Amino acid sequence: MELHILLLFMIFAAIIAIEVKDLLSSVIAVGAVGFALCLAFLILKAPDLAITQLVVEILCLIILIRATIKRDLPLVIEGRWVFNTISTLAFICLFLFFAWLALRELPRFGEPIMAVVKKYLQEGEGRTGAVNLVTAIILDFRAYDTLGEATVLFTSVIGIMTVLRRPGRIKKK
Amino acid sequence: MTTDSKTGMTLIVKTITRLTVGLILLFGIYIVLHGHLSPGGGFAGGVIVALSFVHLMLAFGKDVAVSKISKNLASNLESLGAIMFLSIALLGFLGGSFFLNILSKGTPFKLFSAGTIPLSNISIGIKVGLGLFAIFLALVLLEKAKKEK
Amino acid sequence: MILYLLCIVLFSIGLYGVLRKRNLVKIIIGLGIIEYSMNLFFVLLGYRFQGRAPIDAQDQAILTMVDPLPQALVLTSIVIGLGVMALVISIAIRIYEKYGTFDITKIKKLKG
Repeated sequence: MELHILLLFMIFAAIIAIEVKDLLSSVIAVGAVGFALCLAFLILKAPDLAITQLVVEILCLIILIRATIKRDLPLVIEGRWVFNTISTLAFICLFLFFAWLALRELPRFGEPIMAVVKKYLQEGEGRTGAVNLVTAIILDFRAYDTLGEATVLFTSVIGIMTVLRRPGRIKKK
Repeated sequence: MTTDSKTGMTLIVKTITRLTVGLILLFGIYIVLHGHLSPGGGFAGGVIVALSFVHLMLAFGKDVAVSKISKNLASNLESLGAIMFLSIALLGFLGGSFFLNILSKGTPFKLFSAGTIPLSNISIGIKVGLGLFAIFLALVLLEKAKKEK
Repeated sequence: MILYLLCIVLFSIGLYGVLRKRNLVKIIIGLGIIEYSMNLFFVLLGYRFQGRAPIDAQDQAILTMVDPLPQALVLTSIVIGLGVMALVISIAIRIYEKYGTFDITKIKKLKG
């Protein structure tokens, strides 16, 4: 029941974040979505994810506010507003319909299959010595995943260093 | 750390920052080292370490934080973390395969246990923390260069 | 089932923001909301009624744990999301410096 309330709160905050005109208010609303997600992870028995989501959300908010401060501009509505909105909403309704068809085939909430992970749960502590099974999975059983993650983060840092290397020139009128 | 009021925030913020920033850094290191015993690990601890440096920069201005860790040092340490992780992975070839946990497992619920997992946690923590701090530093230094121009 | 549907609704709100908004910051926020909803969906799939957190305790055997595999995958995905978001924001800052606006239609006009 708490999860339903949290998800409804997240949907409400997401609508505010998308629709409000002021950019700073929008960034703060997306921060509310992130902290509600942190609480949801805590209810779903994932304390590792809750800690990580909390600190990542703080850093993400600092970077977003750094990008948007003193730079708000009003949203302009012009042209084919009705046609664009209706076509987007129709696409989303189609997406929701097919998603509903797909969701019926999944296992019900609260009863996962756990075919792969049974072996990890039985042998995890004996074979790795780590008590925290999430750490045992990401650094021992599936360490290739973490290596790929390190590569992606490294590429992202290189990309940011390249994009922000020297001040850009402002186009002359 | 200097207390001149030219750069950064007010005196209250600077005093509180001087008291808390070391504790935040220590908490990040604790989270990294105890990753195999309690919730946390390299990712969360690394982001907390980065947040302590960001805290220092927001309170004291850019120059103090840059004098602690410059941008080149941050990106070099990030590469060092990546190389450490890869060499831990290659160390598994001594036992036969990639990413094999060859060190002794020890007894569970002790700090020195679980073979290579704490070493991997430390390298991931260095990599994530200094990488994110380098990103933030690049974003801030760009603004500074634009103002000078 | 209702939780899954609410999660997909959150996804489609982010999708609406990406498709329909013209401000670059709003598009980045839409991407962030999509990322949140997908992380939550993975963790919802691994939840188990009366489950415990996947950490062994001293002196007692825990029989019902939640599925730790989606949590391990999502843990890397959160940090990757932060890196990708920082990259997109830096590109948006450079676009703002060059063109002086966040509006994507005006950027298109200025180029041609």
